Amino acid sequence: MTLPALAISNLSKSFDRKVVNDLELTVRAGEFYALLGPNGAGKTTILRMVAGLLQPDAGDISIFGIDARKDPIAAKRIVAWVSDEPMVYDRLTPLEYLEFVAGLWQIDARTAEAKANELIDWLGLRPHANELCGGFSKGMLQKVALAGALVHDPRLIILDEPLTGLDAGSARQVKDVLLGKVRDGVTVIMTTHILEVAERMAERIGVIAHGRLIAEGTLAELRTRLGKESSLEDIFLDLVAEGTEAA
Amino acid sequence: MSAAPATIGWFARHELTLAWREWVAMMTGGRRTRGIGIAIFLAIVVVLLHLLAFGLILPWIQSGIAMDKSTLVMITGGGLLFWTVMLSQALESVTRVYYARSDLDLILSSPASSQRLFAVRTGSVALSTIVLTGLLASPLINVLAVFDSPKWLTAYGVLIALGALSTAIAVAITMALFRVVGPKRTRLIAQIVAAVVGAGFIIGIQAAAILYYGSFSRFSVFQSADVIAAAPAIGNALWLPAEAAMGDIGALVVCLIIGLGALALTIGLSASSYGRLAISAAGLSHVRSLRKQTNRPFRAASQHHVLRVKEWRLLQRDPWLLSQTLMQILYLLPPALLLWINFGNDAGAYVVVVPVLVMAAGQLAGGLAWLAISGEDAHDLVVTAPVSARAVLVAKIQAVLAVIAVIMAPLLVLLLIASPRMALVTAVCVALSAGSATAIQLWFRVVARRSMFRRRQVASRAATLSEAFVSIMWAGTGALLASGSWLFIAPAVLALLILGFAKLISPKRA
Repeated sequence: MTLPALAISNLSKSFDRKVVNDLELTVRAGEFYALLGPNGAGKTTILRMVAGLLQPDAGDISIFGIDARKDPIAAKRIVAWVSDEPMVYDRLTPLEYLEFVAGLWQIDARTAEAKANELIDWLGLRPHANELCGGFSKGMLQKVALAGALVHDPRLIILDEPLTGLDAGSARQVKDVLLGKVRDGVTVIMTTHILEVAERMAERIGVIAHGRLIAEGTLAELRTRLGKESSLEDIFLDLVAEGTEAA
Repeated sequence: MSAAPATIGWFARHELTLAWREWVAMMTGGRRTRGIGIAIFLAIVVVLLHLLAFGLILPWIQSGIAMDKSTLVMITGGGLLFWTVMLSQALESVTRVYYARSDLDLILSSPASSQRLFAVRTGSVALSTIVLTGLLASPLINVLAVFDSPKWLTAYGVLIALGALSTAIAVAITMALFRVVGPKRTRLIAQIVAAVVGAGFIIGIQAAAILYYGSFSRFSVFQSADVIAAAPAIGNALWLPAEAAMGDIGALVVCLIIGLGALALTIGLSASSYGRLAISAAGLSHVRSLRKQTNRPFRAASQHHVLRVKEWRLLQRDPWLLSQTLMQILYLLPPALLLWINFGNDAGAYVVVVPVLVMAAGQLAGGLAWLAISGEDAHDLVVTAPVSARAVLVAKIQAVLAVIAVIMAPLLVLLLIASPRMALVTAVCVALSAGSATAIQLWFRVVARRSMFRRRQVASRAATLSEAFVSIMWAGTGALLASGSWLFIAPAVLALLILGFAKLISPKRA
């Protein structure tokens, strides 16, 4: 039996209130999974706990069978994290940045260099490969961050609102890269407020409200559950209203 | 009654409201109780400064202050020291008028006059420069006014004139830089000029004192018979500010006319180009900085090594750091000169040299440590990398201490040749000072962007104060060790106590 890419059980996290509440979530290996939810639903907190950026109060996180809480370093080796704010140094060039990331993940120098150059070309960054990132637009910075996430060949890519602030061309390029990765067998988990993106790209969709998974499935399954032929936007709004009433 | 929108009065009220709220937030951190504590603390500082000024000035008052040449030389020299600080501060602030974005995009995109905004912002630079220097000079002026003659209160008028003149010169320098080097380099060069101006005069006087008198007192230069004899006669225009400070109303009026007139003239001449230059400075975020194309292959390296190299690369390309390091190195020149002059004879020069080096190491380490540990622009990337948090911190600390070692090494070698014992004392105290400052930054670390560096003192006053006091204590330890006194134990123990206290009050981590 294939191990799930991500298995979360009883995950909880509180700040001044409970943000994630006994969450159960499983993402299959090689699938494109979209996590939807209203503002403050807990999506980013869940993903930050999976990426090792936040300590859970309780619960388990397993990434391809690795217990991420007991052995975070082993889990991090196969995970890449991309946030809506690109994590790039203003005073490094894209190539220097990719060399730094490859060094952190301890990728063989020759392999990393070849991969970095391939990504630079693939993402259209070649004319800017020797420029400091400080002068880049948001779209270009996000592409550099995405190249950094891909340079170490992760098995699971976690993206938090990666398309925020991108122009249509850059957004298309990022989406193409992600779909290409899924075709290659990589698992992608992404949060987005652009429901059309989730509708078009995701194989399965999870809806989060008040820190719980209130619905999950393919678009067709979600439609069946609500018993009507509607757009994802209508389904999402109905589910969130239902979840809010239940809470 | 409120001023009509978009007039100078309206902009001034807007700026004052923002400046006041910023100051209150900075002092209180949003807590009223903290505000009361800060007020009590400030009152104690004011009293202590006045006591210090009283102690310094009393012998001078007792000997009788007359408006003779030696007094005029002394006041003019001291005033020049304050004025260089004013000019440095004004230059730094004026560049911010052009480069700080905050609400500038909103105002420049509105139909309001950018010339009025420039007039108000330049005026506020002059005001803040005057207030800041006034705070520094007020204990001296107040003590003189109370214990010698109330006429000394006119010195505040001289401060206003000098502040206005400094701002006018700062605007003129900034405008000239815009023309000569363009908006991309103006800010960096202005920062370097500000640092050099701020440090330059003090360093020059120290160097002169060392060369001619073998002592380290910058004021001894102003009291020397040679300088007094060479100075112009009484009645010369050079003495106008000093005469004004001593109560000559006519001289004060002339000073005020020159200072305020220069400011009004510069504002009048520069205001029309403000909007255009500010917009050209705003476009810089889209100007790409091309590095030399290299075919250097990726290198195989440990995680520690890539983290260290990244830190060094970022530090090397940081313009702020460039100006700060330059300033620290400038401050190190006088002790180096003193070392050179006293080379081969144990004339007690080390008592001066050692603490200066120790202080410089502590201050530089504190700044570098903040940039490396807290100012991590790609925080999420480093945390999600398969490397332990401890390994990341160790690599960053190594990067900081290596930079300090490289800067201090030439002076330590010079010391080693002159006196191996002093070299050992300095090396140990430099290591303790740099290590302590780094440790404090580690305990008080936050997640911030490097661009927040200017506000790091605001983020944690406890860290800033601990860092300063620990550096002073290690400098004292170094000085007493250099003089061969066993009293060095006292500041050393105090330094350790401050470190322990800082650790105790540092934020707890999960």
